[in-house]
Amino acid sequence: MKLKIIGSISIILFVLTVTGMFTSCQSDEEIEFKRYYSSGSLVYQTKCQNCHGTHGEGLLRLIPPLTDSNYLKINKKSLACIVKYGLRGEINIKNKIFQEKMPPTGLAPIEIANVLTYVTNSFGNKSGTITNQQVEEDLAGCK
Amino acid sequence: MKKLAGAIAVILLWNACKFNSEKKTLPIYGNRTPITKVVNGQTTTDTIYQTIPAFKFIDQYGDSINNKNLDGKIYVADFFFTTCPSICPIMQRNMLDVYNTFKNTNDVKILSYTIDPKHDSVAVLKKYADKLGITGNSWWFLQGKKDDTYRLAEKNYLVAVKPDSTVAGGYIHQGYFVLIDKKSRIRGAYDGTKPDEVKQLIADIKTLKSEPDQPAVK
Repeated sequence: MKLKIIGSISIILFVLTVTGMFTSCQSDEEIEFKRYYSSGSLVYQTKCQNCHGTHGEGLLRLIPPLTDSNYLKINKKSLACIVKYGLRGEINIKNKIFQEKMPPTGLAPIEIANVLTYVTNSFGNKSGTITNQQVEEDLAGCK
Repeated sequence: MKKLAGAIAVILLWNACKFNSEKKTLPIYGNRTPITKVVNGQTTTDTIYQTIPAFKFIDQYGDSINNKNLDGKIYVADFFFTTCPSICPIMQRNMLDVYNTFKNTNDVKILSYTIDPKHDSVAVLKKYADKLGITGNSWWFLQGKKDDTYRLAEKNYLVAVKPDSTVAGGYIHQGYFVLIDKKSRIRGAYDGTKPDEVKQLIADIKTLKSEPDQPAVK
């Protein structure tokens, strides 16, 4: 009887350990994403949050929100250029026109990759990792 | 055990009530000078507090605003410029809370002085106010001579502003919201970039509103 109990307990422990091992192991991509995302949240706090808000909500008709997943998707290739060099002229975000000038941030490519990964996967957006390599390619094509 | 907990709760509640019933008054800031007068053979000493001097600026509607428009009004003053990329958006976001709390109250105003009057013309200020959804006459965006604005900021509102080509936007300025009472005296300064301090400002404006009117010291 005692043996049976000990036996079943050890089986349960074994099963728990094995499942624990499996779930704690993440794929390389997941780890990379988390690294980009968490660094990006720090860049966001210091460089973007004052204007775009804690939740990417923007500021009324003055500063656009970062919650327009569709805009971010369509303009994915030019996001790096916008972050680095700023933005002038009109843009249409969620059917509202914004005309204010966004100043250049002067961030390094890796910081841009971090912050873009953060923004495009926060505030209701979900588009995966934007890598350093991707950002460098996009920056080469800035107009 | 239950009785003990009950007793503690009662004591805590009682203390809380006692604490709340104490009437809070706000300090008066700035320089003060005592003046001694002899009235009917009695020597009395009064204190003259630092007040905001006469000024004249133009608001976002192109109307002239001077200190007479603020007689008997409580107001909050801050300094900003429309192209400010650093702390202004967060200040305006917080000031909007103040605006929305008091916009239907006649005796509370907000004055935002631009420190870049060359760029921030009346038209630019009007557009800016529109984009923030500001209507009516409770939040004025004021434009005046640069020297007047800077002097007012530093000497009177005790807020530091100055041009600096090394910082983003070209100016450094402190993000203080300065609270002025109905007698033009400074009653508080709050970091406009911190939501908690702005909450305190809103509470303090309510305290000021309930303050009995004191005779003006001339």
